[in-house]
Amino acid sequence: MKLGYYPGCSLHATGREYGESTVATLRALEVELREIDDWSCCGATSAHATNHLLSVALPARNLALAEAQGLDEVLAPCAACFSRLATARHEIAADAALAQRVASVLDRPFTNHVAVRNVVDVLRASIPALKAKVMKPLAGMKVACYYGCLLLRPTEIAGFDDPEAPTSMEDVVRATGATPVGWNMRLECCGAALSLARTSSVVRLGRAIVEDARRAGADAIAVACPMCHSNLDFRQSAMTRRGEAEMPVVYLTELVGLALGIDPAELGLGRHFVSTSSLVARAAAPPPAPAPAKVPQQGAAKGVA
Amino acid sequence: MATPQPESHGEHGRTTLAETLHHLTGLVAARCYQCGKCSAGCPMAAETTLRPHDVMRLVNLDRADRLMADPSIWLCLTCETCTTRCPNGCDPARVMDALRELAMESAPEHIPRPVKAFHAAFLEQIQASGRMFELGLVLRYKLKTGALMQDAASTPALLARGKLKVMPPRIDGVADVRRIFAACGPAKQEVER
Repeated sequence: MKLGYYPGCSLHATGREYGESTVATLRALEVELREIDDWSCCGATSAHATNHLLSVALPARNLALAEAQGLDEVLAPCAACFSRLATARHEIAADAALAQRVASVLDRPFTNHVAVRNVVDVLRASIPALKAKVMKPLAGMKVACYYGCLLLRPTEIAGFDDPEAPTSMEDVVRATGATPVGWNMRLECCGAALSLARTSSVVRLGRAIVEDARRAGADAIAVACPMCHSNLDFRQSAMTRRGEAEMPVVYLTELVGLALGIDPAELGLGRHFVSTSSLVARAAAPPPAPAPAKVPQQGAAKGVA
Repeated sequence: MATPQPESHGEHGRTTLAETLHHLTGLVAARCYQCGKCSAGCPMAAETTLRPHDVMRLVNLDRADRLMADPSIWLCLTCETCTTRCPNGCDPARVMDALRELAMESAPEHIPRPVKAFHAAFLEQIQASGRMFELGLVLRYKLKTGALMQDAASTPALLARGKLKVMPPRIDGVADVRRIFAACGPAKQEVER
């Protein structure tokens, strides 16, 4: 499969392990990525919070470049980029007057035929290949799948999963051998773009998410957005109280990459603020014996007693 | 409100806020029947004085003065929960986007300073290099707000993880991006279509 690739700004900077793990993991799954030449920023929250035409025209420039490269589908791993690109495509298709104005602003050929996809959608479609290629099943690892906002909302824009009861991330996690946990906060917002302008809100929202994952017994939170990652990983030290265990926050692509046996360094797992070494160690361990996992634990408990 | 006036439909030849929003977005605010489902799911409802259903109500009461003088619309995270859950297709998130766009013009003095500084810094940075450059964004933001030491202690840790680029990216199409910014102009163009 060949896909256009729109990394977006974060994947070249604070979210670089998301870019690294996306490229490595999809290569292993035989999805060929072709980066859009000379792509520019999608405008993110700041454009659509302040200037509607700009918020459509900036993503449209990138969709037009993708068209010029002969691409039919573009993967945007960042949930915010995905949302901006998909929203622009949707609005231009639905509003002829807007389409005309965007065309005059863009000043380049543009027919709006490039589909926009996100990583969760692409990984879910690759589950059969993933199952066949798992080298190090993440058996026994409990994962809280965190969707956040823009992967699923608004429904008519994201459109690949149910906005209130999604299953796609859990399906992918199951295919790695890990176990998704049931928890309450998977659809709540992390505070997104207020990270800098109102850190206190981000810490309040993030804390509720991390606490709930901990309560659900998760070993890690899986995300598919660099803003979610930054707000839950980089900001976690500000929301963790004394005595509370840290909660590793990993990109879904990193988890899949681990299960595929890709070198953790290549996946960027060393770039996190909350250490991921416990997860890496688990993936490196030999596959568990077919016996139930409880048996060795009971043995250990007896030994201590 | 000093909003540019589109074609008038109001009783007294004056355009109401709901009409302006309809013109901007095609949405009909009067469809809101105040069920409050939007506010029940709003992650910022605990911190804002005006929750999404309050915003919809004030739109229908034509109270631009109250909406624009309150920071609530600027604390919206644009998470789209309200829009996803609205049982009557009111799209509060899009309404909030349009209100912010109007407020940029008519009441910029009420925008919370850090939020205004962030959006301005972000858009300036894209115009400068075509892509977001986080160090440039943060420095611009700090100069605008005076919060010079915010997150400064994290710099070594970000550098150690290879997450902080010190040189801005620069794309060939930066002139193209600047042209798009110029052509999109301020919010007013939208109303004049």
